[in-house]
Amino acid sequence: MIRSTHWPLLVTIATFVLAYTLCAYQYPAMLSTRVLANLLTDNAFLGIAAVGMTFVILSGGIDLSVGSVIAFTGVFLAVILRDTSIHPLFAFVLVLVITVSFGASMGAMIHYLEMPPFIVTLAGMFLARGAAYVLSTDSVPITHEFYDTLQSLYWKAPSGGRFRLTGIIMLLTFAAAVVVAHRTRFGQNIYAIGGGLSTARLMGVPLARTTIGIYATSGGLAGLAGIVFSLYTSAGYSLATVGVELDAIAAVVIGGTLLTGGSGFVAGTFFGILIMGLIQTFIVFDGTLSSWWTKIVIGGLLFGFILLQKGLTWATTLRKKPATEFAAQS
Amino acid sequence: MMSSSIRATLRRVTPQLIILAAVLFLNFLVFPDFFRVEFQNGRLFGNLIDVLNRGAPTALLCIGMTLVIATKGIDLSVGAVMAIAGAVAASLVVDGYSWQTALLGALAVGMLCGIWNGILVAVLRIQPIVATLVLMVAGRGIAQLVTEGTILTFVNPGLVHLGSGTVVGIPTPILIWVFLGLAVAAIVRKTALGMLIEAIGINEGSSRMAGINSRVLITSVYLISGFCAALAGVIVAADIKGADANNAGLWLELDAILAVVIGGNSLLGGRFSILASLIGALIIQSVNSVILLSGMPPEFNLVIKALIIIAILVIQSPTVKHALYIIRASAQPLPSEPVKEAKESTQ
Repeated sequence: MIRSTHWPLLVTIATFVLAYTLCAYQYPAMLSTRVLANLLTDNAFLGIAAVGMTFVILSGGIDLSVGSVIAFTGVFLAVILRDTSIHPLFAFVLVLVITVSFGASMGAMIHYLEMPPFIVTLAGMFLARGAAYVLSTDSVPITHEFYDTLQSLYWKAPSGGRFRLTGIIMLLTFAAAVVVAHRTRFGQNIYAIGGGLSTARLMGVPLARTTIGIYATSGGLAGLAGIVFSLYTSAGYSLATVGVELDAIAAVVIGGTLLTGGSGFVAGTFFGILIMGLIQTFIVFDGTLSSWWTKIVIGGLLFGFILLQKGLTWATTLRKKPATEFAAQS
Repeated sequence: MMSSSIRATLRRVTPQLIILAAVLFLNFLVFPDFFRVEFQNGRLFGNLIDVLNRGAPTALLCIGMTLVIATKGIDLSVGAVMAIAGAVAASLVVDGYSWQTALLGALAVGMLCGIWNGILVAVLRIQPIVATLVLMVAGRGIAQLVTEGTILTFVNPGLVHLGSGTVVGIPTPILIWVFLGLAVAAIVRKTALGMLIEAIGINEGSSRMAGINSRVLITSVYLISGFCAALAGVIVAADIKGADANNAGLWLELDAILAVVIGGNSLLGGRFSILASLIGALIIQSVNSVILLSGMPPEFNLVIKALIIIAILVIQSPTVKHALYIIRASAQPLPSEPVKEAKESTQ
């Protein structure tokens, strides 16, 4: 029998398959590998950021700083490659160190100051965006031969689709995240914290280390997303990727992760990203729909999936109630 | 009795007033003419008036946001609701309706958005951050749907008056937020409403068992928040004589939340003070004004805001409060009453 925790994931996959079938039925060209490859390339940075967001939400938190960190990373890379002669790879390492420690310090504030993640990461969002502004308010182009090399790396499918490096980085990130979430102690600790903070403490989960680790991971993945985004646009702009954190949260929710934490799958987020990408692709294919329908449809999907989660939680608690009534009250 | 409640209110807002005075003094340092207010062409002019006027949208939003946060909730959708309300008002006057109809229409739409949020939170029991996120994401799309993707401009003098006009020399937005703030504060404090809202924020389960209709109350605080957001949206649209679905009220929800937090209201719900939140909104606007007047690059605006939030977080943090309490308690034996108060505030 299918466990009830698997239901949201299955519904997400079914939604994606259904939506893709409907799109392909209307526009057979949607089935080409080009569309598929672009779906991966265009959403690579969002997907990587959403992986970090999945960990944060699984632990019952939220990270609003993602979009700003991506913008900061882009501007930082652009400025440092313009003003110094260091190799981009070294710049990548540098920026990842910065973003990981940025995330870690937010995690430390959340844990040690016992403040809600919402407001701490809000401060982080302002700080990262502000730091990006301070570095440069203009869009700084990146012209380095190493960037050209990276951008020209792709695997061309027989029918013309180009699977670029950035899309592959996203797939690898998802694969690594699935392993971390389900096969490591860190991953199990995340689920434990999301299931209940005091329970996790009683179980002996190292709260400080795990909380800091979660936000450091999210910060680092946002940094990686920023690197991918700068490869995608070949520029750094401090006003870029405003509101990406909302898209990432939406993808995680559509992917079936419970926003209260403790239940969900990294793989679900992947399909959440694909569904959101599909909506945009469909609007491009259609040509008569205006871009704002993307936001409305994503909002509607968000609502639908939240309702589904509520319904499932409600159904499971009803069934379990006679057995756990005492436990729930104490 | 009366004077003691005034004294209690004053004691409550003292930290905020000190911060406000400090920031205003900074303004004075960088721009000595800061406090000069002139009366020209039938209206008041001056930097101080500007702070009050430009702070109107945040101040309006934080009235509703204070109540929402007091119930342990949060309303992320206010910026999007502002955009929707502005778009509705603009499209109504463009279609030839009077400004009164446009204002009422916008307010009705705002309250509808509030009821939607309220039902999601109170009836469907979805966490507030998530419930209001739906409208935050979809709201700007809806606003663009109303304006059909353009910046809808209008010339209706009645509506424009709301944003940039004056009444006996005072800019209308100032009058609107001061009046609404006083009215809402009076309603919640002169009736039991405020106490009931606080009860829900502290413990919803027990307040319901005590007979409080928490569903209706929670829905109505989101409704008030929607109303305030709609009013702010109309003012912003009237000020620029156009409805910009993309940028109207962008990130203002965060400023409003920040104002509430600076006002010393706990994000974990419970006791609240609308007056303190309004002073918080003025503090934010005064900080913006310092940055502008000092000629510092506006890029630093966000960094400074972030540092302010972090400082407040550290002060508000339960851990730090507890540590301070221990230090104070061990330093000298305090009379029994203040100790009790300090204990309450740590919880």
